[in-house]
Order: sequence, then C-alpha cells, then structure tokens
Amino acid sequence: MTRVAVVVFPGSNCDADTLAAARAAGCDAYSVWHRERDLRHADVAILPGGFSYGDYLRAGAIARFSPAMQAVAEHARAGGAVLGICNGFQILCEAGLLPGALTRNAGLRFLSRPVRVRVERIDTPFTALYAPGEVLELPVAHGDGRYTADDRTLAEIEAEGRVVWRYLDDNPNGSLRAIAAICNPGRNVVGIMPHPERRNATVLGGDEGARVFLSMEAHHATQRLDGVRAAGGGQRGV
Amino acid sequence: MSAYRVEIRVMPRAGLLDPQGQAVEHALHSLGFGELRGAHVGKHLVVELEAPTRDAAAARAREMCERLLANPVTEDFLVAVEAAG
Repeated sequence: MTRVAVVVFPGSNCDADTLAAARAAGCDAYSVWHRERDLRHADVAILPGGFSYGDYLRAGAIARFSPAMQAVAEHARAGGAVLGICNGFQILCEAGLLPGALTRNAGLRFLSRPVRVRVERIDTPFTALYAPGEVLELPVAHGDGRYTADDRTLAEIEAEGRVVWRYLDDNPNGSLRAIAAICNPGRNVVGIMPHPERRNATVLGGDEGARVFLSMEAHHATQRLDGVRAAGGGQRGV
Repeated sequence: MSAYRVEIRVMPRAGLLDPQGQAVEHALHSLGFGELRGAHVGKHLVVELEAPTRDAAAARAREMCERLLANPVTEDFLVAVEAAG
C-alpha cells in the first residue's frame, strides 16, 4: 500500500476529501499537522486545497515556512512524489518547488465550477493511468489560479513537456498557455489547480479525478516490485 | 542600534496583467474621471526594526521583501526608511 501523507495547515479545507480519495484508491493515507517535522515514511506527500494561513500576504506565502514543508521539500529533493492541489499548487510555487506563480484570476471573481482540461502528460506519478490527450471535467474553486511565469520559464516548461494538464475551450482564470497543471524537471512534483478529489465517484458527479489517486497507488506498487527485483528478490524465491 | 520604521510598497510588476488595477480604472472612468491614464493596485506594508544605521535598516527590509514580502515572479518593491519617533 502506498503511504500518503496529507499535510494539514491552519485553513486547509480539502484535506478530508483528499484523504478519502486516496483511501478509496487503496492507499494508506493519513494526515500530518503542519507543525510536524516527520512525514512518517510517506511515499507520497499531498498538499490539499484550502486557504492556508488565511491566504495572508499571498496565497501559499506563509505555509512554506511550516516544519512539515521543510520535510516535504526534503522528500521532493530525494525524488519523492509530491502533489499540490489548488492551494497546494500555490504553496509549491511559493516554496520554489515549482516555477512561476498563481495570481488573481483575470476576471477577478472567485470561480467555483466544472472546467474541462486536457491531459498533456502521463509520465508523472499522478497521471500515469490517463490516456494522452484525454479530456476530463473537473471542478475548480479558486480566486488566485492564473498561472504566470516569465517567458523564459514558460518556454522551458513547454520544451521539457512539463505542462501536465491544460484548460480546454475556455480558460477560466486567464492562465498563461492555459496551464492547469505543471511538474518539476524531475517530474515527481506536480501542481494542479482543479480538484480531482471532488470527482472520484459517480455519486459526486463523475469519477474522472479518481485516476490521480489510482495512478500514485499503481506507481508505487511498481516501484516496490522493482525494489524487490533489484534486491535479488527472485533468487530468494519471492 | 536605533529604531527605524520602514514603509514598503509592493506593486504588480509593470507589464504583467493587473486585473485589480484595471477594475479600479474602469470604475473611475465610469465616475467621470476622464483624464485617468492608468490605475494600479498593490500593497503597503510597514515594518519596525532595530538597526545600526539607516542603510542597514534598508538592506534588512530589502532582504525581507526578497524572501517573503514580495513575490519575485510577479511583484516589484520599494522601501523607504525613516527614524522611528
């Protein structure tokens, strides 16, 4: 079972949904309070949506100083999988684990509605079970979701195939290049604006988000199998 | 050491979309301020600190901006130091 640490900040409000979605995918998911320094041997760390520290100063600006975020940064640097959803994406940008910034929506309104996104890349721990080019309908709920970066960074992200999801049809918040999700150069850190945890069962209006969590469970199951092989598990008859 | 009061202005970087500034500009136009040629919305912060000199106070305040108070991707800042009375 994949061990999933969901970091809870004061003001997080999607942590329970995220835990439930990870558990529904078969993961061993648990919360880690922002003051904890230990992710307890997590395979995956998730920063959930919400309004950490009341969005004071800028969305995500204060959360990055939490002890738990130091642990998340170390986990990411060691190649561990990290997913930031909505406010979690904002925190990853503020922490410098992803490039760019998420600024006020171009239309100034807080948006809470379904949007359509296209899956651009499946070579991340969170998108492996989607098909390239697949179109998903997922809800967004944010006031600061307009992805912004300088031209050089944008060119680099595009050239390295690091746009993971892109808004289709209408670009709800004015994100540059219609970016809805990106990853780091190592592809282990992913930030997404829409909320897959809110669409992981048909009773919730759709299950297109479920494969984000199923992908990470499958990813780590494969990794463990590789680990057993590398350790000579076959010789021991495992 | 002396006490200093530093006024910090954080503004959206010129050339980037400033939807709040645009909304204010439209509102002022609709109030009849036809001479308006632009409006921008930023933040004003005040920090009080101890430093050996005014220059040292400014240097520390700039460091605060670079590390926390302004986002280097989207914002520019200005610091103005005055002796705290």
